[in-house]
Amino acid sequence: MQNLGINVLFEGTTLQRLFEGLMMTAGIAFISIIIGSLLGIGMGLLRTSKSRIVQFICRFYLEVFRIIPILVWLFIVYFGVTNALDIHLDGEIVAVIVFSLWGAAEMGDIVRGALESLPKHQIESGKAIGLSFWGLYRYVLIPQAVRRMLPGAINLSTRMVKTTSLVVMIGVIDVIKVGQQIIERSVIKVPTASFWVYGLIFILYFIICYPLSRLSKKLEEKWEN
Amino acid sequence: MDINWQFIISTLPLYQKAAWITIKLGFWGTLLSLVIGLVCSIILYFRIKVLKELVGIYVELSRNTPLLIQLFFLYFGLTKIGITMSETTCAIIGLAFLGGSYMSEAFRSGIEAVSKTQIESGLSIGLSQMQLIRYVILPQAFAVTMPSLAANCIFLFKETSIVGAIAIAELMHVTQDVIGMYYQTFESLFMLVVAYLIIILPLSFLLTWLERKVRYAEFGN
Repeated sequence: MQNLGINVLFEGTTLQRLFEGLMMTAGIAFISIIIGSLLGIGMGLLRTSKSRIVQFICRFYLEVFRIIPILVWLFIVYFGVTNALDIHLDGEIVAVIVFSLWGAAEMGDIVRGALESLPKHQIESGKAIGLSFWGLYRYVLIPQAVRRMLPGAINLSTRMVKTTSLVVMIGVIDVIKVGQQIIERSVIKVPTASFWVYGLIFILYFIICYPLSRLSKKLEEKWEN
Repeated sequence: MDINWQFIISTLPLYQKAAWITIKLGFWGTLLSLVIGLVCSIILYFRIKVLKELVGIYVELSRNTPLLIQLFFLYFGLTKIGITMSETTCAIIGLAFLGGSYMSEAFRSGIEAVSKTQIESGLSIGLSQMQLIRYVILPQAFAVTMPSLAANCIFLFKETSIVGAIAIAELMHVTQDVIGMYYQTFESLFMLVVAYLIIILPLSFLLTWLERKVRYAEFGN
């Protein structure tokens, strides 16, 4: 058998460039997960509020992100908002904005679910032994809520990492774009380049996401009771 | 901000056609993934050797990689080693590959929720394994699974937005084209959002209604 074509991956700086592209994707995911989580915790606390108006607004915010695909959101912000405000935003910034807002909505739902699933008597017992408002959160509610929300939160993170692959559609030079450039350059010499390059990117995403989803499953099983 | 209604009306046929493509892809993708999910969950239930491991690998691979890369690999990668298929086939296979694992997980949790006494009672009145699945396990599992199946359906219809990347003229692709050609950014984005609302909102209502309908089969809750 002659040249399999897999050599295309090991020529020159190919691997290094793909790795740099992957870091761009991972960076966007990482920053968005952090911002999304922080906003999401606030969102979750808001959603346990008694006010119907607050509840309605938060619910509406969540549904808006659930009904409209994320790629559409990227388009709306990248083309629409920049156009309306007559500003220029880089694809990276747009991606971070959209993913953070989406993360906040989904994370808010997870935090709300966790807080609401706590038995009422936990709060009452806490109050009965004279804990302050902060003491109640610090020693009773947060430790129990974190347990219940962590598997869901990690799962959301893997979804966000996977979804960052879409940033190529708004012109960010991510791992896919780098892959496309490598394929274009070597396609005459190595006709099977796209098989190997896309195959490698496929495996790279798997290597990032698989440990996360395993961790989430493990925690779920461990904390089931 | 002035909205160019004339432009919106003029692009209506374009969006209508694209919306049909989106619906068609979503429909076939969902249907195939339901079949794949059902088969996978039955293989896992019977713990069939070798196949069980294969299903395990498939589920992990499909759940932990993005659809965009799955599509690129199917469409651009496989053609290079001699497997060629049309864009539409490729998109439906991609959606089914992604959705199958989600559906399989949903069915599996539903089957796990069927109580042991139900299965034992079925066996004690002399049902065969196949009859047990057909008359006892699936109807009950289905009721429990319905909410996650519904969520997966909507998820898959939304994921169709990504297949535009392999040159299928669905909603996203058409929008990108229209923005590129006419610079009517607002109008095209407006049409895009409206089209998705028209597709996904009724689907969501239909699925909620179905959820209520099948709840009768839930036992002991």
